[in-house]
Amino acid sequence: MSTFNSSDIAAFTGGVWVFCEQRQGTMMSTSFELISEGRKLADERGVKLYGLLLGENIEGIAKELGGYGADGVYVCDSPLLKNYTTDAYTKVICDVVHEYKPEVLLIGATNIGRDLGPRCAARLHTGLTADCTHLDIAMGTYVDFLRSSSTLDVDNIKFDMEDTNLKMTRPAFGGHLMATIICPRFRPCMATVRPGVMKKAEFSQAKADACEIIKPKFTLTAADVQTEVVEVVKAAKKLVDLIGADVVVSVGRGISKDVQGGIKLAEELAEVLGGVVGSSRAVVDSGWMSADHQVGQTGKTVHPKIYVALGISGAIQHKAGMQDSECIIAVNKNDTAPIFEVADYGICGDLFKVTPMLIEAIKAAKAAK
Amino acid sequence: MKIIVCVKQVPDTSGKVAVNPDGTLNRASMATITNPDDLNAVEAALKLKEETGAEVIVISMGPPPAEGMLREVMARGVDRAVLVSAREFGGSDTYATSQILAAAINKIGVEAEDVVFCGRQAIDGDTAQVGPQIAEKLGLPQVSYAADIKKEGDTLTIQRMLEDGYMTIKVKTPCLITCIKELNTPRYMSVEGIFDCYSKPYEVFDYEALKDDPLIDPSTIGLKGSPTNIFKSFTPPQKGAGMMMEGADKETCDKLAGILAAKHII
Repeated sequence: MSTFNSSDIAAFTGGVWVFCEQRQGTMMSTSFELISEGRKLADERGVKLYGLLLGENIEGIAKELGGYGADGVYVCDSPLLKNYTTDAYTKVICDVVHEYKPEVLLIGATNIGRDLGPRCAARLHTGLTADCTHLDIAMGTYVDFLRSSSTLDVDNIKFDMEDTNLKMTRPAFGGHLMATIICPRFRPCMATVRPGVMKKAEFSQAKADACEIIKPKFTLTAADVQTEVVEVVKAAKKLVDLIGADVVVSVGRGISKDVQGGIKLAEELAEVLGGVVGSSRAVVDSGWMSADHQVGQTGKTVHPKIYVALGISGAIQHKAGMQDSECIIAVNKNDTAPIFEVADYGICGDLFKVTPMLIEAIKAAKAAK
Repeated sequence: MKIIVCVKQVPDTSGKVAVNPDGTLNRASMATITNPDDLNAVEAALKLKEETGAEVIVISMGPPPAEGMLREVMARGVDRAVLVSAREFGGSDTYATSQILAAAINKIGVEAEDVVFCGRQAIDGDTAQVGPQIAEKLGLPQVSYAADIKKEGDTLTIQRMLEDGYMTIKVKTPCLITCIKELNTPRYMSVEGIFDCYSKPYEVFDYEALKDDPLIDPSTIGLKGSPTNIFKSFTPPQKGAGMMMEGADKETCDKLAGILAAKHII
């Protein structure tokens, strides 16, 4: 094995890498999102983009990553990698990173990615930025991003246009602030990225066909793994797909006087609009809906075409998960509720009275088309 | 058997957040709380104490006023507390923080039967990185996102939550577990506990106390030893005010539906 020193930055010529998570042989959609984003970063840096895929009998799903922009995929296949374990995945990833030295390593911020990323970064002695929502390498594109997404006086700040650090932007303090983090002294620059934030590129079959498969050497024995996966259980009920939905109708604490009635109204409105039902954190914390419905900083980030907030006050942590929606409609009894600051259309009223009328009005407007 | 629980004092970001003109958080003006997930970790430790008679030690890194939080945690039933506090430790990112906490845990000592508990993540940073990074520095196996824990002999059986279900994982002690709110309901301080908490052992580990651990090196702790740095922090621009509809009756709803249809939103 070649020598590895995370502070020898010039040695990290292996390109941009994306850890591509699969579960039970099915690629997680965040892997495609990250490959699409990784393509942009690799192009800004003028280097190649590789996926890193671990599992058992998973070579068949590797080439699809090429269709979203990967030049190649490192495939690590072993029965010991069938189910995710921190020990096995960390060992193999660190071995392969030691050998091929990528300068950037992106990981989806799933419950598995957020277990794996910190362990790998600690072993590699490099930095890791959690739950990023925006990434840049070229300073020019970063400055453009700041111009459109911050209140900074960009034109009066001096930037080093030659800087090639990965600039990793994430919400901080529950979304009250945004912070851009860099890892200037070590490589690889590592980030976990929130699922649903990066846009999936258009799939190209020709690119998928051209994608190179590389099978790196690694050593892994049962003795390396200190945990035993007894079983993997899929949730019995179908989980709501908030991230993929075009319309999300969310309910908040405002449904408290009739929880079931409030949820039913949201479901009816969602059905009319062709969407799904989400919720604020308060609703999940109160046990009224399951955690997969939660929108916000600690829930899911969504940017649907229409987002309807029923009885949601709009705490910063909720807004962080939905404010980039194309059209936001808010119904709240309190006319000073912060949700109205981000809403395109606001109605100050009781959701139990307004929602049924809104459902009828939308049905009528659609029928008239 | 010992159970070591890592806790953090955090600004209460669910309430009003004060931001300084330079874009940093005005911590002085904000209420502080014990990080919510860490209370689930404390509860998990106390439950295990009830089953096994283990000693429960709580540990936190932070400024001296964090003593108040540690006393409160002892009032819930924890046996002793350690505050890791030194100017040299300030400005640490997750990597550097885990180096320091791992050194402090080494000083307490992790033996074959012991368990380390952490909360999944703290509400000020939401990174979920320090738990796994402490485990790596201590060379312990980790299980994160624990929603159920059962102990039999030296084996813990843990329900580890995924977005679409869960894994059942077996791990032997010593190990590190990160806890989520589904795991349990944290108990309150007891009257007796409040009486006792100021007479329970409380120690401060400063730089001198930890400096001989190989993990404590100027190049790996504090602001200078942190691999990550803040390059810029900023506030997002406020979205331009939308349209507040007049009234909240049928006419209002019809008008809104009409606008949405005209703009081809529906």
